[in-house]
Amino acid sequence: MSLPVHLNDTEIDEFGRELDHIYEEVMTSRGDRDAAYIRRVIKVQRWLALGGRIVIYASLGLLPYWGHALATWPAFLGVITLGTLMLGTAKILENMEIGHNVMHAQWDWMRDPEIQSSSWEWDTVCPSDQWKHSHNVMHHTWTNVIGKDRDVGYGILRVSEAQAWSPKYLPQMLYNTLLGLFFDWGVALHDVEAERLIAGEKTWKEALPTLKGIGRKVVRQVGKDYLAYPLLAGPFFLYVLGANFTANIIRNVWSYMIIFCGHFPAGSQVFTVEQVENETRAKWYVRQLLGSCNITGGKLFHIMSGNLSHQIEHHLFPDMPSNRYPEVAPRVQALCARYGLAYNSHSLGRQFGTTTWKILRLSLPTPNAA
Amino acid sequence: MKARLLDLAGLFATPLRPSHYLELVNPLWTTHRLQARVESVWDETADARTLTLRPGRGWRSHRAGQFIRVGASIDGLRHTRTYSISSAPERGDECITITVKAVDGGRVSRHLVRQIKPGDYLPIGLPQGEFVLPEAMPVRPLFITAGSGITPVMAMLRSYAALGRMPDVTHIHYAPHAYDVIFGNELKALAAAHPGYKLKLVHTRELGAELSQRRHFSAEQLAELCPDWAERDVWGCGPAALLGAVESHWNQAGRARHLHLERFQAVLAPVPADAAGGHVSFTTSKCETDADGHTPLLRVAEAAGLNPAHGCRMGICHGCDAVLVSGCVRDLRTGALIDEPGDKVQVCVSAACGDVALAL
Repeated sequence: MSLPVHLNDTEIDEFGRELDHIYEEVMTSRGDRDAAYIRRVIKVQRWLALGGRIVIYASLGLLPYWGHALATWPAFLGVITLGTLMLGTAKILENMEIGHNVMHAQWDWMRDPEIQSSSWEWDTVCPSDQWKHSHNVMHHTWTNVIGKDRDVGYGILRVSEAQAWSPKYLPQMLYNTLLGLFFDWGVALHDVEAERLIAGEKTWKEALPTLKGIGRKVVRQVGKDYLAYPLLAGPFFLYVLGANFTANIIRNVWSYMIIFCGHFPAGSQVFTVEQVENETRAKWYVRQLLGSCNITGGKLFHIMSGNLSHQIEHHLFPDMPSNRYPEVAPRVQALCARYGLAYNSHSLGRQFGTTTWKILRLSLPTPNAA
Repeated sequence: MKARLLDLAGLFATPLRPSHYLELVNPLWTTHRLQARVESVWDETADARTLTLRPGRGWRSHRAGQFIRVGASIDGLRHTRTYSISSAPERGDECITITVKAVDGGRVSRHLVRQIKPGDYLPIGLPQGEFVLPEAMPVRPLFITAGSGITPVMAMLRSYAALGRMPDVTHIHYAPHAYDVIFGNELKALAAAHPGYKLKLVHTRELGAELSQRRHFSAEQLAELCPDWAERDVWGCGPAALLGAVESHWNQAGRARHLHLERFQAVLAPVPADAAGGHVSFTTSKCETDADGHTPLLRVAEAAGLNPAHGCRMGICHGCDAVLVSGCVRDLRTGALIDEPGDKVQVCVSAACGDVALAL
């Protein structure tokens, strides 16, 4: 079985060669401006995180409890909201533009021991070594191959008609909402393969080392946001806890939205194991293209989405520094137009809308398309 | 107790360390890595510059003659080289100096000499090396230096002068011309102030190319400049040719154990463009094998009975990355050569290009 495109093998090979050429051209031109970019993003992120925490504590001084002229509920709520937004933004930057991309080895070439895929640990409950397995290996190699890529519905959602319907999918809009709110926990448990545990395909003993790794990370992450920082506020423990919790939810909902728009919107294709047998690199490129979706937006939007708004370019060139995706995207899009291949790029509203609609629609059985 | 408290403070910064946030305010306050701020720069000659560095927290004082690793980012890429400290430990302002000569075709040395300015930060390592004077002062040292090989010996001389204990020293220093002598005026001032310090400057190119050979190190020259050489302990630093000549002379005289030489990394032989395959050492697993120029090293390792970590086997996931110890590999996708020790190699898409050692 072949890929659902009108190109013959020679044309696919030529398409692949053109992509190789773009890749080599960009990779050999990496230099000072790329290094300066990632260092600047890291610096801004750390200042934002530090600043956010400080503003949250500062807001406590505006609680009506203190009785001074500025101490009013609106003042307090305004300032604590600002601090929470700063912290949430810092967490988004850290997880997406920094953590995800550093762990893809996008910055290893700099040989900076501080910014290496092998040693980076990110600010979320998922341990980085497990993430690098479930994401870099499973998802990026087997993108959208049913039965191989566990990111197709993350083991709990039916996001393609190619997944057989079962009654367990009926309430999937509920799972979907919960996953959006507590996305970091979903990501953390991803490599445990809970659905295989429940089905008995994997034993608890096999899952134990993974669970222990998650446990160690959870203790530190929860200890930080829900114990250490709140305790520092003494009697105002709950305010700080609430702000930290909200910052984590902001990060979760945003990254969930961006990530769900990567492969699930209308037009994105899935594949069978037979289709990818003996796949050449050129065909792998085509599969990455057909299975990925971009989101249009401005410069700040792309940075805040970790450049996963350039999901197509990220899947074609996963170890290319993310700041180069915007300049590569028009070239890839023009190349696709030349070969008559679909290039799925739309606004966040359209991509997230069709994704949500799909999850809702596929919770019900679909007539078998013959 | 202190460890517990630090661990608790660490919780506030997890998954980073508090030191990462201190770095935002002042890079010299960090404990997770050592950096130095460039305080000033001073041109010693047309192509040699002294950088005065203020090391951050975690620095410990050096012994005269030791060197440090210095990192520099050039085109976004980190390079690390070693440089002798040229200042004395007794300097007193908690700064150190390194003196770098811009080598022809030397990217790092040219960068340090031409691009670095006061206020820059450089990653550095702690002082290292055995090229030091014994704790019990030798009675009569002989220093033999050439070019920028003066730097560790300068630290020793400055240390003697600072302590006011200049012993009976003979110092033979080679430089192409008088104006090429790094620290020339300071050496002459030392010689004037300390009768025990006998400075013998040799300008090797002053007589034109033809006669200059005669000015290089030789037994006759040594006998003339330092008649009592056989009664001295020797510290030598300079180009490989000089050190080789000095070494064979002292070996012949049976005085090899009185010889202390400082050699910086040997120049690596360039990899021929048509090199294909070679001997492969997997250093972590202590396994040796041979490879051709087109089989991915991951398969070479597996054929040799190893089971290295890997993922996609097609250059996507970086699950198989291994650090290059020495030699050269070719990226089979792009044909690019990777030959800088410390670089990461994607072994699933790289083949040997000549002999290679990998930390695998």
